[in-house]
Amino acid sequence: MHELPITQTILDIALNHAHGAVITDIRLTIGDLTSFVDDSIQFYWDIISEGTGAVGAKLHFKRIPARAKCEACGREYTIKEEGLLCPHCGSHRVAITAGKEFFVDSIEIQEQTP
Amino acid sequence: MTHIPVVQNILNANDIIAEVNRNKLESAHVFGLNIMASPGAGKTSLIEHTIRGLSGVRVGIINGDTAGYDGDALRAQNAGATAVHINTGGNCHLEAHMIQDALVYLDLPALDLVIIENVGNLVCPAGWKLGTHHNVLVASIPEGADKPYKYPSMYHGVDVLVINKIDLLPYIPFDMDYFKKGVMALNPKVTVFEVSCQTGQGLDAWYDWVRGKIYR
Ligand SMILES: Nc1nc2c(ncn2[C@@H]2O[C@H](COP(=O)(O)OP(=O)(O)OP(=O)(O)O)[C@@H](O)[C@H]2O)c(=O)[nH]1
Ligand SMILES: [Mg+2]
Ligand SMILES: [Zn+2]
Repeated sequence: MHELPITQTILDIALNHAHGAVITDIRLTIGDLTSFVDDSIQFYWDIISEGTGAVGAKLHFKRIPARAKCEACGREYTIKEEGLLCPHCGSHRVAITAGKEFFVDSIEIQEQTP
Repeated sequence: MTHIPVVQNILNANDIIAEVNRNKLESAHVFGLNIMASPGAGKTSLIEHTIRGLSGVRVGIINGDTAGYDGDALRAQNAGATAVHINTGGNCHLEAHMIQDALVYLDLPALDLVIIENVGNLVCPAGWKLGTHHNVLVASIPEGADKPYKYPSMYHGVDVLVINKIDLLPYIPFDMDYFKKGVMALNPKVTVFEVSCQTGQGLDAWYDWVRGKIYR
């Protein structure tokens, strides 16, 4: 249910940047390590965008795979289901480099006729 | 069609307020812990023991619950702490603004330690910073050894793991090696304590760790 306030924030950000224009598309970037679900955001979106300048706007979800860098051997790799350990040297000393993203990347608005 | 770049963090508002909370704690020299776990893992039991075990340390507790029931806050009060209860109104996790509101009710300069008991949930609280210094996860033996594999975002995001209810190990099948393998794979740097809030076993090491953080 935390997707409801999140979707409200997405709507606020989009409306802020549209300056009254009709919004047709919203591009979201979501890292795989966050617990946000595309379908739930879409579900709330259809309800709360009603009656705003963003009604009917299409949501595009770009998923970022989780990645980490090994501090022992220096290699970077995609984190798989099995976990975080470096698949090259087995080290425990690793740092997450991608997968925690959660932002509105861009929006498309309709050309305003002068 | 006009393209407008935005690149704005959706959790920005929460992160900003978390930072405000952190500053508030630090300017009063208070150390903050955010305790997360599934329902019934023993969050309140660990908090009660910690309040009693850290004699001389002045503790404030913030309890988040999805309803108006404030029994956990009362348990903390009976153990000797100042406690504030937050009713999240059904929300499945605490957010930084709720902590900001609750901190108003705590006399921070008169405290050394603030412990937040998050809503019992192994998924949602992980994504929301509150402004505390460390995230602590309480796991418990009856939950089963497969939990790190099923709730990776919670297990990988915490600094400390307290494995509670080890007094039940003789009675419940629990593959500790399998459990720890999952934990290490997700979170190799995590600090682990094995305790029982029933018998008191292992709690001294936990008290020492907390004490070490307070008197930095
Ligand atoms: N056997 C055993 N029982 C425990 C232990 N720690 C807690 N319990 C029991 O587990 C139950 C739940 O403990 P709580 O501390 O209320 O758990 P909680 O995580 O705060 O629960 P919620 O706030 O409802 O999510 C209680 O009946 C405790 O007495 C332990 O180490 N061993
Ligand atoms: Mg509790
Ligand atoms: Zn390596």
